Amino acid sequence: MTGFLARRLANYVLLCLAATFLAFALGSLTFSPLGQLQGRNPAPPASVIAAKRAELHLDEPIPARFVAWMGGVVHGDFGSTITGQPITDELGARAGVSLRLFALGTVLGIAGGVLVGVASAIRQYRLSDYAATLFSFLGLSTPVFLIGILLKFGGLRLNEAAGTTVLYYTGEFSPGFQGGWWAALVDRMSHLVLPTLAIALVQIAFYSRYQRSAMLDVLGSDFLRTAQAKGLTRRRALFKHGLRTALIPMATLFAFGFGLLITGGVFIERIFGWYGMGDWFVYGVQQNDTNIVATVTLFVAVLVLFSGWLSDVLYAALDPRIRL
Amino acid sequence: MSASIADPHSTAGSPGSPAQPLIEGPSGRGRLVLRRFLRHRLSVIGLACVVALYALAFLGPLLTPWGYAEQDPTAYLSPPSAQHWFGTTQIGEDVFAQTLRGLQKSLTIGLLVGIISTSIAAVVGTTAGYFGGWVDRALMWVVDLLLVIPSFLIIAILSPAFRGKTWLILVVLLAAFSWMITARIVRGLTLSLREREFVLAARFTGVPPWRIIARHIMPNMASILIIDATITVGTAILTETGLSYFGFGVQPPDVSLGTLIANGTNSALTFPWLFLFSGGLLVLTVLSVNSVGDGLRDALDPTSARGSRRRSGD
Amino acid sequence: MTDDVTEPVLSVDGLTVSFPSEQGRVTAVRGLAYQVRAGEVLGIVGESGSGKSVSSMAVMGLLPAQAKVTGSIRFQGRELLGRSDVELSQIRGRRISMIFQDPLSALTPVYTVGDQVAEALLVHGALSRRAAAARAIELLDLVGIPGAARRAKAFPHEFSGGMRQRVVIAMAIANDPDLIIADEPTTALDVTVQAQVLAVLATAREVTGAGIVLITHDLGVVAGFADRVQVMYAGRTVETAPVDEIFYHPRMPYTRGLLASIPRLDTGPRQLLIPIEGQPPSLTELGPGCPFAPRCPLVIEHCLTTEPDLTPVSDTHQCACHRAEDVAATPPVSGDTTNDSHRHSRVVLRVEHLVRHYPVRKGAILRRQVGTVRAVDDISFDLRQQETLGLVGESGCGKSSTLMEILNLTAPAQGRIEVLGTDVSALDRGRRMQLRRDLQVVFQDPIASLDPRLPVFDVLAEPLRAHGVAIEEIRRQVPELLKMVGLRPEHAGRYPAEFSGGQRQRIGIARALALEPKVLVLDEPVSALDVSIQAGVLNLLSELQARLGLALLFVAHDLAVVRHIADRVAVMYLGKIVEIGPIGPVYTAPQHPYTQALLSAIPIPDPAKERARERILLVGDLPSPADVPLGCRFRTRCVRYAALTPGLQSRCEQEEPAREQRGEAEHESACHYAAAHAVL
Repeated sequence: MTGFLARRLANYVLLCLAATFLAFALGSLTFSPLGQLQGRNPAPPASVIAAKRAELHLDEPIPARFVAWMGGVVHGDFGSTITGQPITDELGARAGVSLRLFALGTVLGIAGGVLVGVASAIRQYRLSDYAATLFSFLGLSTPVFLIGILLKFGGLRLNEAAGTTVLYYTGEFSPGFQGGWWAALVDRMSHLVLPTLAIALVQIAFYSRYQRSAMLDVLGSDFLRTAQAKGLTRRRALFKHGLRTALIPMATLFAFGFGLLITGGVFIERIFGWYGMGDWFVYGVQQNDTNIVATVTLFVAVLVLFSGWLSDVLYAALDPRIRL
Repeated sequence: MSASIADPHSTAGSPGSPAQPLIEGPSGRGRLVLRRFLRHRLSVIGLACVVALYALAFLGPLLTPWGYAEQDPTAYLSPPSAQHWFGTTQIGEDVFAQTLRGLQKSLTIGLLVGIISTSIAAVVGTTAGYFGGWVDRALMWVVDLLLVIPSFLIIAILSPAFRGKTWLILVVLLAAFSWMITARIVRGLTLSLREREFVLAARFTGVPPWRIIARHIMPNMASILIIDATITVGTAILTETGLSYFGFGVQPPDVSLGTLIANGTNSALTFPWLFLFSGGLLVLTVLSVNSVGDGLRDALDPTSARGSRRRSGD
Repeated sequence: MTDDVTEPVLSVDGLTVSFPSEQGRVTAVRGLAYQVRAGEVLGIVGESGSGKSVSSMAVMGLLPAQAKVTGSIRFQGRELLGRSDVELSQIRGRRISMIFQDPLSALTPVYTVGDQVAEALLVHGALSRRAAAARAIELLDLVGIPGAARRAKAFPHEFSGGMRQRVVIAMAIANDPDLIIADEPTTALDVTVQAQVLAVLATAREVTGAGIVLITHDLGVVAGFADRVQVMYAGRTVETAPVDEIFYHPRMPYTRGLLASIPRLDTGPRQLLIPIEGQPPSLTELGPGCPFAPRCPLVIEHCLTTEPDLTPVSDTHQCACHRAEDVAATPPVSGDTTNDSHRHSRVVLRVEHLVRHYPVRKGAILRRQVGTVRAVDDISFDLRQQETLGLVGESGCGKSSTLMEILNLTAPAQGRIEVLGTDVSALDRGRRMQLRRDLQVVFQDPIASLDPRLPVFDVLAEPLRAHGVAIEEIRRQVPELLKMVGLRPEHAGRYPAEFSGGQRQRIGIARALALEPKVLVLDEPVSALDVSIQAGVLNLLSELQARLGLALLFVAHDLAVVRHIADRVAVMYLGKIVEIGPIGPVYTAPQHPYTQALLSAIPIPDPAKERARERILLVGDLPSPADVPLGCRFRTRCVRYAALTPGLQSRCEQEEPAREQRGEAEHESACHYAAAHAVL
């Protein structure tokens, strides 16, 4: 048992390492971190470029650079950006921003998805089912960046209509905000609404589609019939026996939904000006900064594996058949 | 963006029961599938839209005198008019011509990625599932690895490498990083098909493995492969436009719907035609492709146990 | 009991149920009428698609919304049809309760068994939560669940199929109903478990005094249990009468045909069965005449144009047949006995001390090996040329694992397999390929065993192609093969889906014969087929064996089927052969207590015999093959062991009995206290 746990953990660590190495190596191969320096006008002297080159260890082979960087990571040092800023300093704040977005998106997404999916399945082929289906189709067919932009418009129109700024669409809070904790909370909330909505909509669309199918599968099941034969009304049987069982497959989907969330997060952070990990990643690629990219990749890999593990735990918690 | 993950299938469905033999022939099956598909009004509309979009993308340019890179010095940022149906850009390019050009690219990329990635998935999945053992473990580890980092991130990292090169590299990359989930589904199906009696019967008469895969296993999951290919087309278009939106995808001078939307976003509030048409067409495209996929699933695989896949990777 | 003239509990009249389907509207029940009186057991018998289950779901009001139900269903004088779900839920589970076919899926997987039984009480009020939980345990105890108080806290998946069916029965009797509908309650269960469950059902009937509707396809079950029987065909009642009348004086050719086609234990060995020709009708395209006419041996012109109504032939006996009078006049035909196959001395398959163990893993998060399933645990037998050996046992006894080991033609983990004198562990690739020609297999499921994407020609050509037969030769052989199994050469162009179950099984047999094998292994080849179809396939196998000189290894769970086809039989229990020998001695003088229990559990379609029979009920469940009892593995359920003094018992506990010959030649059994005991 411990042997199994250890093997599994080892595999997770290995996967994280391999994924990070992949990102690190690909970044090192394709990026030209000196490009910006070389492209400057007037061109900096060769010695400056050579110094930068040495600073970034560009002459060493990639595996050696990776090992050096990873050695730092193990001690909590994620290296520095091209411009020389320590990555570790920024990591905490950025990870916090992203995690908050992910957590809210997941909770709202699952809750909303289950609700919409169940309602849709129970009222199959009614108008509300068609509406829910259309909504989830639209949600899954619209790129997150488009949803973000459209929500931004919506917020703008709302503000115009209200004559004051109700919803913000840039940053996490108003810069230089002064006021009591309540006002601060309101300010934060009004910044939070649109990005969270953008990320949650896709999640709701995703989960509701599957919850609907899972619920439809359960609708024809034998045990639901047994429950009714006992004397439960259809409605009561549906909620007590059907819904509880139809939640089981959702646990497995959680891992997949999370992948969706992470890529969606990149766009949302970028569009709404949140300084999170996704925003950082895009910045990293644009700056040709291998260390930033590798750090974000490691962060994502850990999250994805954690969500996979959590999905297994949820599954076991929901389904007595596979409990320990 | 991998907006739609292929529907999980836990078992290979076999329609019909000993009680009520379905009286249908090869043509009968075709007709049945067609009838089931046609019953899905949304999917039929979707199919019509897909056909119309392809026609528009490839025949539409003949309708307008403007080339996609041509500039009209008499019209900068002009709203839609009889001259320029979708209006013009800051430098007088015809938005209609540009949008069609972008649509062409996005549709082509989607289709190619769908085909290539489903082929990879079919080969990897059946190999892993049929042979099992270390082959299976090795292939599934690669799948796990590639699933750990969203494909969006990897391709973004690689984007500097194909800057200024042909968009076909993008197609290859998209395909190379979008086959994993389908491969898992295919592997799961292979595992159950491998134990099916007709496969056992073939094995026990001495039919070699590769022939069993080609003759029995692949054809029996053809419907799932078709469905997944369709869904991958939609996903690929979304990923491509997402990458292009950040400049990590299709590179100038090529345009895709993603680059058009990105260019239009900044002035979207004041000059909505710059991005509304490309955005609208993008949503319409993916929506149509997805609804076709959904209709295909119900028509080809009515017994699929949706949303109940047990993960088989670890 | 049937003579009591009391008000019927349930009275169904003119019941018609139809569903929309791909092929148009299907009318599954067409004007059904029947009554059940208090305390009476009505058996409803029919093959799949006869509408027997649909009609009972209609009574419960549990049909899906798209079903159209008309007619009348009166329960204790109140019309049920057209009532709302809320009103019906007051009656369901309290006044009428139901037991379903598949106990494995009938319970909600996420709640404990105790909670689910208690819920049946709570939903109808009256009891407190605590009282309901206590009553649930009493009920579980009543239906024979050992350690009910402890087991009530377990989840359904921790119970075996038989135990789950007991739980369902406990729920059904919880509120002391007036009517219990049992829809194929034992079909999914093994025979010994079926005997147990039927006994529980009998208890339930005594306790509640309820009328019971027992729906089944098995005439044997009805013979011992029902007071009155109603035979259904194509959505209608075709004959109804008291149980003895149905079995001894059937008037409808269909009833007669069914009785003649069932394999039975009480006939002589190797007696041919008489199949009913043709297929059950498709409910979408019923013509104007009698739906049975196309399969009826007594069909006349009138039958094809007018559907007969159910008319009385006596006070208690009704029959829907234009020729009911003539049926009474013609004597029933009985099948011929096939000449005893010539016993050859040449052994074509020899299995010695074969062992097959699997690791068991558990848990989703902590996946770990928790034990070893001893699927096949040291078995030996041989099969001679042109002989049929029946390998019999209940699910989980290891018979299928044995087959797979043999068919793999690779060295087993332990033991030795010899095919046609060649040890399979010594085979190289080429020789193994050659040997595959001589060893072929027919599977159980006629749907799964044929690739749905290949036309029949390719299905039959596949083994020939694999062995390098030229295409011209294949083109010549395929029509021959089809003819051999009773199909037409023009069938080669069709797809498996176009055939019925019985025909598909024939295609499976043709494929197995394509390479002219010497040994044919059959894995439950008829258990998925309706009885009227089963007989034809069994007869075909007998005939082919005689003609081609095949040796058959016939794996089955049904001892009655084996009696009709096999020369020798081997009985397996938990991975071991407990008794083996020629059909005659094993069936008439079985030595091992398990064989005796197995034989006594199989119902005989003869009410008088059934009532007079001794039934040996096994206690408890089959132990898990991952946790085999020490010593004799059958002792935990053995009636003989239970009757022994502790001194004698210790031998069973410590020493595993070896197979020894007792009684007639070749008749071996593995029991320390073996003693012949006739149970038929």
